Amino acid sequence: MKKVSISLYAAVTVALLIWGYYQAIFVAPNDAQQGEIFRIIYCHVPSASVAFTFFFINLVGCIGFLASRHDYPDRAQKFDAWALAGAEVGVVFCSVVLTTGPLWGRRAWGIWWTWDARLTTTLVLWLIYVSYLLLRRFAAGPQMQTLAAVLGIFGALDVPIVYMSNRWWRTQHPAPVFFSSAPGAGMAASMLRPFLWNMLAWFAWGVLILILRFHVERHRQQIAAREAEAALAEP
Amino acid sequence: MSALWTHLVKDLRIEWRSREAINSMLFFALLVVVLFSLAFDPQAAFAREIAGGVLCVAILFASVSALNQAWAREIRHQVLDAQRMAPTPGAEMFLAKVLANFLFVTIVQAILAPVFLVFYNLQILGDGWKLALVLPLGTWALVANGTFFAALSIRSRNRELLLPLILFPIFIPALLAMVLATGAILTGQSDPTLWIKMLAGYDIIFTTASLLLFDVVFHAE
Repeated sequence: MKKVSISLYAAVTVALLIWGYYQAIFVAPNDAQQGEIFRIIYCHVPSASVAFTFFFINLVGCIGFLASRHDYPDRAQKFDAWALAGAEVGVVFCSVVLTTGPLWGRRAWGIWWTWDARLTTTLVLWLIYVSYLLLRRFAAGPQMQTLAAVLGIFGALDVPIVYMSNRWWRTQHPAPVFFSSAPGAGMAASMLRPFLWNMLAWFAWGVLILILRFHVERHRQQIAAREAEAALAEP
Repeated sequence: MSALWTHLVKDLRIEWRSREAINSMLFFALLVVVLFSLAFDPQAAFAREIAGGVLCVAILFASVSALNQAWAREIRHQVLDAQRMAPTPGAEMFLAKVLANFLFVTIVQAILAPVFLVFYNLQILGDGWKLALVLPLGTWALVANGTFFAALSIRSRNRELLLPLILFPIFIPALLAMVLATGAILTGQSDPTLWIKMLAGYDIIFTTASLLLFDVVFHAE
């Protein structure tokens, strides 16, 4: 049953991705100032939203693990699997953001990279979660999950500080298009609809990968637990 | 508080007898300063621009070598395990380590700063006394986080490599604030108050988090 529903969900996701691509490339009109290159927003912004959401899932997983590791070991393992999946898939989406951003910046700004608030924050975020994954690699044994959870909390604490510090330092990234009262903010309906389709498609895709990664990690945990039990049972 | 005092005195006594941490940090930081001044050949105005960054990065690299030793020293003869079994609150032990290392890094800075002024032909154009705020605040941020992450990475493989890998990303905002504040003081062109406040905020947030989570890390099973 679980397999069927995941396959069904995967099929819907692929259909959504194709539909989103069609909307972004063929339906949405050219931007008045930027022309074709603006279409990268249909991949860039959804990926950034997915990455930030998944890093938040990592934080929830870390806190949940620390809170339940003594009293509910099984639940704690689930939290840990969510934390790992969130960080790993989040890093992948963050890499997509860090790749598509410069591609756009090269055309729109004439430079690949600038040390602007949002760019630097995203890069530092990427560095923090890569170091989180490295810690999980390096630290062995059951204590690794606890240490990783603590580092995840530290990383999440750092994010607002990084953002504010860079904001005070310099800002060049385009002002937020959504939820902003600045003049020129907002999107024409002809662009908004493709954008929302793409948002939905990339989120569905991200959640699919997240769930698959979660299940892989759960399997690994169960195999490890069985092996530990078998080792104990041996005379 | 007696546990804090005992641990602090013990760490200071070990350092007083061996002088390992201070000597290695001092020489390492000196090397970085010399390397940077050879690599960039800084002249008057340019030197003032980059001096803050060079000083901060030199201290950052140097303190990692000492912080790695902070807990590794306790592994020999299973001292770490004994401390884990002792009924003292981990926060006191952590604070003692931070204070000891803070003192070591501050001594290194006090010796290094005049050398630095000579090598880079620096004249301080802003309010020089504010450096007495910026450097301790930045050092505290570095040492508090560094001691915490050193305890976190102590039982992993490649712990000497892991410490900088997890410390540097988290430390980036503090480094930025420290560099910009030092630069603002040296050039006298802007006001460092905002960055000093930010450093203070960073210190409060991360020291609190470290104190709260230290027991979790120290007793991780």
